[in-house]
Amino acid sequence: MNRFLAFLQKEFHHIFRDPRTLVILFGIPIAQLLLFGFVLTNEVRNVKIGVVDHSKDYLSIRMTQRLLSSGFFQLAATPSSESEYEGLFRSGKVKEIIVFEPDFGRRIMKEGKAGIQLIADASEPNAAQLIVNYTTAIANGFVKDEFGQNQKLPGVDIKVRMLFNEDMRDAYNFIPGLIAVILMLISAMMTAITITREKETGTMEILLASPLKPIQIILGKVVPYMILSIVNALVVLLLGYFVFEVPVVGSLALLLGEILLFIFLALSLGILISTFVDNQVTALAMSGFVLMLPSILLSGFIFPVKNMPVPLQILSNVIPPRWFIEINRTVMLKGGGLGAIWPNTLILLGMSVLFIFISIRKFKIRLQ
Amino acid sequence: MIEVKDLHKQYGDIVALDKISLSVGKGELFGLIGPDGAGKTSLMRILMSLLLPNGGKATMSGLDVVADYKKIRLITGYMPGRFSLYPDLTVEENLKFFATVFGTTIEENYYLIKDIYQQIEPFKTRRAGKLSGGMKQKLALSCALIHKPEILILDEPTTGVDAVSRKEFWEMLKRLNNMGITILVSTPYMDEASLCDRIALIQQGSLMSVATPKEMTGSFPEDLWAVRTRKIYDTSKFLEKLPSVISVNSFGQVLHLVTQKGRHTSGSVQKFLSDQGELEISVTPMEATIEDVFILLMNHHNHRQ
Amino acid sequence: MITSEPVITVKNMVKKFGNFVANDNLNFEVYKGEIFGFIGANGAGKTTAIRILCGLSTPTSGVMKVAGYDIYRQTEKIKQNIGYMSQKFSLYEDLTIYENIRFYGGIYGMNMAERKARTAEMLERLELTEYENRKIGDLPLGWKQKLAFSIAILHNPKIVFLDEPTGGVDPITRRQFWNLIYEAVEKGITVFVTTHYMDEAEYCDRVSIMADGKIVALDTPQKLKEQYNASNMDEVFLKIAR
Repeated sequence: MNRFLAFLQKEFHHIFRDPRTLVILFGIPIAQLLLFGFVLTNEVRNVKIGVVDHSKDYLSIRMTQRLLSSGFFQLAATPSSESEYEGLFRSGKVKEIIVFEPDFGRRIMKEGKAGIQLIADASEPNAAQLIVNYTTAIANGFVKDEFGQNQKLPGVDIKVRMLFNEDMRDAYNFIPGLIAVILMLISAMMTAITITREKETGTMEILLASPLKPIQIILGKVVPYMILSIVNALVVLLLGYFVFEVPVVGSLALLLGEILLFIFLALSLGILISTFVDNQVTALAMSGFVLMLPSILLSGFIFPVKNMPVPLQILSNVIPPRWFIEINRTVMLKGGGLGAIWPNTLILLGMSVLFIFISIRKFKIRLQ
Repeated sequence: MIEVKDLHKQYGDIVALDKISLSVGKGELFGLIGPDGAGKTSLMRILMSLLLPNGGKATMSGLDVVADYKKIRLITGYMPGRFSLYPDLTVEENLKFFATVFGTTIEENYYLIKDIYQQIEPFKTRRAGKLSGGMKQKLALSCALIHKPEILILDEPTTGVDAVSRKEFWEMLKRLNNMGITILVSTPYMDEASLCDRIALIQQGSLMSVATPKEMTGSFPEDLWAVRTRKIYDTSKFLEKLPSVISVNSFGQVLHLVTQKGRHTSGSVQKFLSDQGELEISVTPMEATIEDVFILLMNHHNHRQ
Repeated sequence: MITSEPVITVKNMVKKFGNFVANDNLNFEVYKGEIFGFIGANGAGKTTAIRILCGLSTPTSGVMKVAGYDIYRQTEKIKQNIGYMSQKFSLYEDLTIYENIRFYGGIYGMNMAERKARTAEMLERLELTEYENRKIGDLPLGWKQKLAFSIAILHNPKIVFLDEPTGGVDPITRRQFWNLIYEAVEKGITVFVTTHYMDEAEYCDRVSIMADGKIVALDTPQKLKEQYNASNMDEVFLKIAR
C-alpha cells in the first residue's frame, strides 16, 4: 500500500510540474466547451413566429400571449392552412409556427394532457433548436404557473417538427457529446502518453526491475487520471449548467455513475494503447487517430448515426462514445432512467472488461 | 553469485549473445569491457530478468533469471545504460520514491549510500533533470543501492561522463565492493578495466577473454613496442610495412607496435625506421594495456570470420 | 598544414541562461587546418559553446567570427561553411546509406553529378559500397559514426564540429575514425572536436580545457604535459579539473 501511495504521489508531481499536461487536462476541455458552445449559440430575440390556434380557448390564447410578451417572439403570421407553412418559411417571414390542437384547453383540464406542435425552420439548425427550446420552456413555465398549486401537473405534449433538417445538432445535444469526447481525450490519451513516457525515459526499465507488480504500476499510472477525469466531467457539467443552461433532467447520481463507467472504459483503452506503442509521439498519434477522430465523427456527436452510410453505422457500434453519448442525452435531456439505458451500460461494461483483459495479458513484465 | 551457461540471445537474424558462459564470484567487482553493440546490455538485461534468453541458463545468487524473476528483483540493484530517473522530480523525491518502491526507507540503508549521497545532498531540492552528468550518475547509483542489494548491475555507468567524474565513480564502486556487494559493471572505456577484480572482453556477442586485468596484460602473446616519434602518421605508415608486424596503433602521442613474438628487438625496429629515413625515434619494449589486448583479440576475431 | 590564419575568432564570449553562466568570457582562436580539441567535464559549457559557433544558439555577448562570418548577422553563411556532427547520432535510421547521403547532399545544394561522384568516392573510402542500400539502423555504431562524419564533410566545409564523435566506439574503429579526421585535415578542413577519451586529446594540434564555463588551459598537448609535469593528457586533465 505504501508503495502504491508513493507511486500516486510521484504521478501527481509529474502532472502538476508539467504545465503542458495541465493545459491539456484543464485548458482544452474548457476551451472546447466555450468555443463550441458560443459558436453554436445564437441569441433569441424578436423571432418571427406564426400561430395557428385550432382551439381558440382561454388557455391557448393565454399561452400565445405569454409567448409573445416574453420578448423573444413576435407574431408575424396566422396561416389558416397547412399548405401555407412552407411558403412562409421559404420567404423567411417566420422561423417557427406554433399549432395548438383543437380543444386544447378542455383536454388539459379534463385529460390533464394536450398537444402543441412546433414547426421550425431547421435550415439554421442551431437557431431552430434554440427557438424550439425557448418555446418549450415558456410553454412549460406557463402550465406550471397556471396549475402550479394542483397536485398533479398536467402535461403539454409538445411535438416538434424540424423542417428542412429533421436531424439536428445544437448546444443542448452538444454538452453530452462533449463530455464523452473530453473524457476520451483526458483519460485515454493521457494514460497512454504517461505510460509510454516511462518507457521513453527508461524509467520503465527500473520499475520493471523493481518488486512492483504490473497491476500496481498500471493502477498507479491510472488512478490520478481517473480522479482528474472526474473533476473534468464535473467542470463540464457545471459549465454546461451555468453558462449554457443545459440542465440535468434525469438522475444526477445515475449520470455520474455512467460517467465513471465511461472513464474506466477510456482508461482501459489508454492502457491498451500503451501496451502497443513505445514512444509518446506514437501514443499521441494513436490516441488522435484511433480515439479522437472516431469519437467525434462516428459517435453521433456531430453527425447523427442514423444518417451515416450503413458501413459507418456498423462501424460506429464499436465506438464506445457512441453508446455513452446516447446514455448522456437520455439522462441529461430526456430524464430517462436506467430502464432506458441498460443495454448501452451493458455494452460499455463489456468493452471495459475486454480492454482490461487484453491489457493485462499484453502488459509485459519484461522488455520485448 | 552470477552463473551464466551457454546463454544465447538473438533479435531476428542478429545474434546479440553467442552462447556465452561466465561466472562471477561473491564479492567480486567484475567488469564487462567492450564497445557499443557488443552484447553487454543484452546480457545485463537477461540477468535482471528484463529479457528472456533464446537459450542457455543464468542464475543470480542461485535464482533462475527466468523462473525466479520476482525474487531476483528484490536482491539486485540495477542502473540501466541511459539516465533513468524522473527528471521532473527532485533529487530527494527520486530517492524516496525508489526506497518506497522497494519497501524500505532512506534512513534504513542510509549508511550504504552516505558517501555518495552526501555529495549531492546540498542539491536535494533540485530537479533531477537539472543535475550535471556526474551528479545524475551519483543519484542513479544511490537509487539503485537504496534497498541494499546483494548484487549490483551497472550498465555503462560512466559513458559520456568526464574523466574526473569517472575516477570518482570508480572509487565509489570500490568502496561498495568492499562492503561485500557483488558488482557487475560494463564499460566501453578500456582504461577502467584495471580497476576491476576480473574482466571479460566482449565483442560481437562473444567473450574473447576472461581473466584478471594483470593476467590479461601479463600474458600478451606477442611483442609490444612503444614507438615515440615526431611524425606519428608517417611513422605508422612505415611501420605497417615492417616484416612480421601485426598491428600499429596510435595511443596519444605514442605508437604501439605489435610484432610476432621474438622476431624483433628494439634495435631492429629502429634500424628499419632509420633505413626509411626516420631518425629521431625511440623504440622501447612495453607492457601491454587492456586496450592492446582488446585490439589484438579483436583482430584475431575478425580474421577468423 | 597549420597556418596562422584564424578561421574561428572568439572574443569575450558570454552565454547566460538566467542566472547561470554557461560560458564565462571565452577568448580563443582556431587556425585554419588545425585539429582543435575542446575538453572539459560534463556541464563545463562545451556543448553550449559549440552550439553558438555553429549558429544554433545566440550568445549573450561577445564578438565571434566563424569562417570569416559574423555570428550574429551571418548565421546562414556560417551554416553553409561548416559541418556538424553531434554526439547523438544524426543520420536517419530508417533511410539507407545512399538515401542519407543523397538527402544531405541535397540540403547543401550539390547537383546530381557532384553528389554521385562524391557519394561513390566516399563509399569506396569507407569500404561500404556494397552496403549502400542497407538501412542505417542496421549498421554497427562504428560504421554509423564514420559515415556521419563523412557526410558532415560531404559539402567540403571550411570547419567541421565534432561533438564526442567516438563515444562507445570500439578501439579499432575509434582509430579508423581518427584516420578519417586526419584525411579531412589533409584536404584543408579545420577540425573542432570534443572527446572524453584523453588519448584522443593527444591527437589534437591544440587542446583547450574548460571548467565551470571558463577556459582554464589552452596549448599544444606537449606544452600542457610539460607545464603540468604530467606524462599524458589524462593526468593533465585530472590535475586541472580537481
